[in-house]
Amino acid sequence: MIVRMSPLDIDATVISNVRLSADYNVLTLAAPEIGAETEPGQFLMVKPGLGTDPLLRRPFSVFEVLRDDLGTVRAISILNKRAGVTTGRLYTLEPGARVACLGPLGTPFTPPVNGGEAWMVAGGVGLAPFATLAEALAALEVPATLFYGARTGEELFYLEFFERLGVRIVLATEDGSRGTHGRVTVPLETALGALPAPGATTVYACGPEPMLAAVARLAARHDQPCEVSLERVMGCGLGGCYSCVVPVRSPGDPQPHFVRSCIAGPVFDGAAVVWE
Amino acid sequence: MDLSVRIGSLEMPNPLIAASGCFGYGLEYEEVVNLASLGGVAVKGLFLNAREGHPPPRIVETPSGMLNAIGLQGIGVHRFIDERLPRLREAGARVIVNICGTTIDEYVELAKILSQEEGVGALELNISCPNIKEGGIQFGCSLTGTHAVVSAVRKATTLPVIPKLTPNVTAPATFARAAEDAGADAISLVNTFLALAIDVESRRPRLSNVLGGLSGPAIRPIAVRMVWECRQEVKIPIIGMGGIMDARDALEFMIAGANAVQIGTANFVDPFVWGKILDGLTSYMQRHSIARLQDLVGTMDTSAPAAAHA
Repeated sequence: MIVRMSPLDIDATVISNVRLSADYNVLTLAAPEIGAETEPGQFLMVKPGLGTDPLLRRPFSVFEVLRDDLGTVRAISILNKRAGVTTGRLYTLEPGARVACLGPLGTPFTPPVNGGEAWMVAGGVGLAPFATLAEALAALEVPATLFYGARTGEELFYLEFFERLGVRIVLATEDGSRGTHGRVTVPLETALGALPAPGATTVYACGPEPMLAAVARLAARHDQPCEVSLERVMGCGLGGCYSCVVPVRSPGDPQPHFVRSCIAGPVFDGAAVVWE
Repeated sequence: MDLSVRIGSLEMPNPLIAASGCFGYGLEYEEVVNLASLGGVAVKGLFLNAREGHPPPRIVETPSGMLNAIGLQGIGVHRFIDERLPRLREAGARVIVNICGTTIDEYVELAKILSQEEGVGALELNISCPNIKEGGIQFGCSLTGTHAVVSAVRKATTLPVIPKLTPNVTAPATFARAAEDAGADAISLVNTFLALAIDVESRRPRLSNVLGGLSGPAIRPIAVRMVWECRQEVKIPIIGMGGIMDARDALEFMIAGANAVQIGTANFVDPFVWGKILDGLTSYMQRHSIARLQDLVGTMDTSAPAAAHA
């Protein structure tokens, strides 16, 4: 059975909109009530403004939970990449605009087993769930590494944020402008091959589906546990519409079944997902 | 103020019903909505057996609407009875079970099974899902088929029987009449409009099932028209639906002739919509000195058009 906190719907004011590049921005939203309840890996259903076109909300990972000096949650942020109408609007919003935020939703990441390390593997906008995970790992004193891939070096963001938390960073870019030339799975595979013991390193991944499939296979081949955060077209975020399904194989059942990524996920055991 | 509505033996405190296929089995929403505060909960369509549904993508947005082709993924009637119905009963929900079959016998069997269970308030017959080839749509698109399935279920149960009609026919009102003649306690309409969205770059359909059903505000004026036409044709209660987003939309359906309304797509956008619509209904009743909401049903005044306002 899935146990979860009651989600809140906050008509949040945009506090700031920092454009990181021509496509990426970080939108800081006055929804501390959601931030205070959010666990790493959980998401929001977001809609800028009223109106019926676009009609539905869009799912976004909670990127940062922002606290003041006393540790009180003041805001949350989302990492946005311009792709469609809603993300285009979210890119252009100015401070003072309103964004409806429903959350926190979904099943969070599972912390690593005692004594183990945590490796986060991010592709592009898939960096989003790892800021809060890195903070949680630092609080648990779990040694953490971020494998982070992007198209170009200009699209690698928040490196200082992760460095400050003591996260070891391994970069890869498709154009070779920074880090390993190629996909992030290249340095990941090398590192997995160098691990002394199976099962001691938990791999967390978020990014494009082919990357997730590759990471899950690599982790399985090296006997390391792996959790993936999947992005699906989502209608409601609460399990009502059955649109965001993922084929998953459960233990003891050879037949895969569709499960709703909004409530059974977005975080899944990488070994349970049936990849295309 | 009296917002109650009765459909056969099913008494509801207000006319707001969660639409089938848009509210899971109801329990998914327990944390955001008090299920007992809704008029009713029409649960996701159930076959006798579990179904996997269509592969994704299952929904796509279009202007002021969405297409879906979920394919009636579901847990089957037995798991529903064992795992969901007791909790719905505990929550105080008035449960309308939406049933689907490929043959009349399957509808009858589902009706018999569910009639033995405590906590089932009514049966909604899905004879209108546009997304599955072998489902009840063959009954919903034929007047004799509609009559046959409704009368067969009517004989098999004392529960209120509510066939859900398709808008994908020339004259839905004739189907309303066939349903009433066959002994239906009410009708619900409209199911979604059969539709298609194509990605022009790849020239591929945007849903795995190619076709899907259109819902949302885009269909509302057509749905209101169909409810109005059905109101001229039948005496039984009508449950209207199609793109209701707020109280004004719900009132529009009621004035056209709906005794109750179902809300689907709006619940995806705002799961807290129920309380807002209920508040809107009561404030409308206050402003218009309406003591019984049912007195509003079918009261469109066609003597003159409304004054235009900008």
